Amino acid sequence: MSTDSATMEAVAKSAVKDSSWRERVQQLMALAGLVLIFVVFTVASPQIFPSYSNVTAILFSTTVVGLLALGSTLVIITSGIDLSVGTAMTLSAVMSATFIVNWHIPVWLGIIMTLAFGGLVGLVNGVNVAILGLPPFIATLAMMLVAQGLALVISNARPIYFDPAAHSGYIWLSTGSIIPGTRFPNAVIVLALAAVVAFVLLNKTLLGRYDISIGSNEEATALSGINTKKWLVIIYAVAGLFVGLASIMISARLGSAQPATGAGYELQAIAAVVIGGTSLSGGKGTIVGTIIGALIISVINNGLQIISVRQEWQNVILGLVILIVVFIDQLRARRAATT
Amino acid sequence: MTATETVPFAGTHDPNLLLQVEKVDKSFPGVKALEGMRFDLRKGEVLGLVGENGAGKSTLMKLLTGIYTRETGDFWLNGQPLEVHNPREAQAAGLAIIHQELNLVSHLTVAENIWLGREPVSGGFFTRPSEQVRKTRELLERLGLALDPKTIVSRLSVAQQQMVEIAKALSFEATKVLIMDEPTAALNDAEVDQLHELIRRFITPETGVVYISHRMAELKRIADRITVIRDGHYIDTMPMAETSLDQVISKMVGRAINTGAKPHNVRGDRPIVLSVSGLSTKALLKNVTFDLHRGEVLGFAGLMGAGRTEVARALVGADPITSGDVLLNGNPVTIRTPAHAAALGIGYLSEDRKGLGLMLQLPVVHNIAISSMSAKFSQAFFVNDKAMREAAEASRKLLSIKTPSVNQPVKYLSGGNQQKAIIARWLVKDCDILIFDEPTRGIDVGAKEEIYQLLNTLAEQGKTIIMISSELPEILRMSHRVVVMADGMIKGVLSASEASQESIMRLATHGDEALTHKTEKAGR
Repeated sequence: MSTDSATMEAVAKSAVKDSSWRERVQQLMALAGLVLIFVVFTVASPQIFPSYSNVTAILFSTTVVGLLALGSTLVIITSGIDLSVGTAMTLSAVMSATFIVNWHIPVWLGIIMTLAFGGLVGLVNGVNVAILGLPPFIATLAMMLVAQGLALVISNARPIYFDPAAHSGYIWLSTGSIIPGTRFPNAVIVLALAAVVAFVLLNKTLLGRYDISIGSNEEATALSGINTKKWLVIIYAVAGLFVGLASIMISARLGSAQPATGAGYELQAIAAVVIGGTSLSGGKGTIVGTIIGALIISVINNGLQIISVRQEWQNVILGLVILIVVFIDQLRARRAATT
Repeated sequence: MTATETVPFAGTHDPNLLLQVEKVDKSFPGVKALEGMRFDLRKGEVLGLVGENGAGKSTLMKLLTGIYTRETGDFWLNGQPLEVHNPREAQAAGLAIIHQELNLVSHLTVAENIWLGREPVSGGFFTRPSEQVRKTRELLERLGLALDPKTIVSRLSVAQQQMVEIAKALSFEATKVLIMDEPTAALNDAEVDQLHELIRRFITPETGVVYISHRMAELKRIADRITVIRDGHYIDTMPMAETSLDQVISKMVGRAINTGAKPHNVRGDRPIVLSVSGLSTKALLKNVTFDLHRGEVLGFAGLMGAGRTEVARALVGADPITSGDVLLNGNPVTIRTPAHAAALGIGYLSEDRKGLGLMLQLPVVHNIAISSMSAKFSQAFFVNDKAMREAAEASRKLLSIKTPSVNQPVKYLSGGNQQKAIIARWLVKDCDILIFDEPTRGIDVGAKEEIYQLLNTLAEQGKTIIMISSELPEILRMSHRVVVMADGMIKGVLSASEASQESIMRLATHGDEALTHKTEKAGR
């Protein structure tokens, strides 16, 4: 009996080691992948690719997808999905331009209102999923179409331009530089700060614990006395705040709200989350992984451009990367399950 | 046929027997599900098959249809050895089984369901819907069923769906033996009559029916003989007409049990902490009324589907109720969600630990702390991991949860230790009322004992416990009082001294005694 329990404990101990080891390896794998891709492009284009200005450009181009992916990480951990982030971002950008350009609302207030609007869109998604019980895929697909349509209706299908003089503060948020003497774009700093916020939310707060718990077993979490519906609404709303922030970054960068763009960003965001090791079946995911995933996407896009691969090939290669990454992850999960 | 026979049964079978099951063994890791199981079905009869929860009925059915593989023993069908590897082969051999859960495709029509996979076709590919409908109409007429072949199955009542299931089984020309597993669990009296009529039409000198049920009154009406099994063993077969309900029950439960730790103090004089009256749900529960006294273990006994789990779920707000009043410490409360129940100090430990209890991939500490996170382990939205870990460590010592670390995913713990982790969850939450649904299901014998002692200690410390269990020895050993349920109703409340396997089984199976009287008066 005592030897039995001793061996059992030994087995259990090795299992613990395995599982934490596995998670660490997963993050290292993503990071190693990023480094590998970076090295490959550096070899292919030693002058241009690793230069300061190009690396800055890569980081800058990660901003929008990165912000969307941060919110999507929280949603995907619940075993949900948010297909509306791309067009909701466009709609929020149109609203931002409407507030600031058309209604002459002060920039600072316009920013707050835009963030709130993004949060509102997320809240509606959350209510549709948690309270009305619609499948997340359907609820957010519908929102994707609604947001796309509303963006065109509200803007009369025409871009709304910020005034470079009157709204310089708005544009500075993305393209300006708070670090004196450099041209390091603020957008990258915004992304970094947002990532820290998301990290804290996921790892240090009730929201994060309930997020993971719901993703692991929603019904058990509810039976444990957690108001899972309320928390799901909050999680979708928080994801919406990230969408609002992304909309400010993209409209500030472009100096305008472009109502006909945005679709497709949601898939890039989901790709970043998945490449970062977050499980679409929920209960598991990291913010660091998501940021690495978003960086992998921008490095691939940027590197292929620099080595003059036709743009049409970029998505082909990105698609293959997703297949390979997820396949390797599945393979390791299966092996862990059988041993 | 004696038990000493070891050679294969070549030639030993009786030509009058339709189905013979001989000396069948089947074990699962740690459990012998069947040992030397046997029964026989004569041509032209309905054989009742009864046994307690877990007696081995389902295992036997799964062996007969090839879902499981038997280790030893033989099956004979119509004098031929029966060797099947899946339900389709069983069906082809003439063995049709109607499972307790219906297996119909709900958005297809009656006709489409009956011929699913065997659709009449032309040119090997194109379906012939009108031919299919015609064949269905013929079949339904032959069986005396008033159903429209073109009705979508989801629009039918449960009873009608059951009829479709039977029609499907009988649509196979080969069907000689019909095995029905609790066919009347969801039917009302008139529907039961209709089902019995259908069975009588099916019976010819060449066919037979095995009718599994725990409703004695029904068996009295339909069965010719009754076979009792218990704990995976064959017990006895008796002619139905000459057998009393009590005889059957005593054969079903006749096993010695450990009453060593039976509670001596009956705590009826303690204050009432929870008073439930008139609790009803749309699906099952009817007017459930009981009181719960501080520091008692109130057992809930009954057969599968009696409504015990449903009482617990309705009580904690996991399922909606249609009526019912709950007084908690004398104050009326309306509990709409498990979150509300938890806030009031009522914790529910589901029978389905993996599905409804645990967050399997997450660490033990998360599984213990989850219910108390907002109240105890957080300040202004931020969680306090250190406090959580300390509480989990304290629980680990208190309940001796065996795990190398509280940071380990709970899925690596044994069943008993997983159960302790969930108990710890509700103790950390300071719940005063704990509802245990099958507290020792899937837990090995030694760990069971530990859980029992833990429950006793909790009750002594003033926690109040509702214990739902399908294991009578467990109910008898633990409960200060026993509530017996059947058909969504409370059939009786027994004190510890009144409770015995016989008295509980009598109440649990007796749901249809009224029906018996009625039918007998109707003149058999």
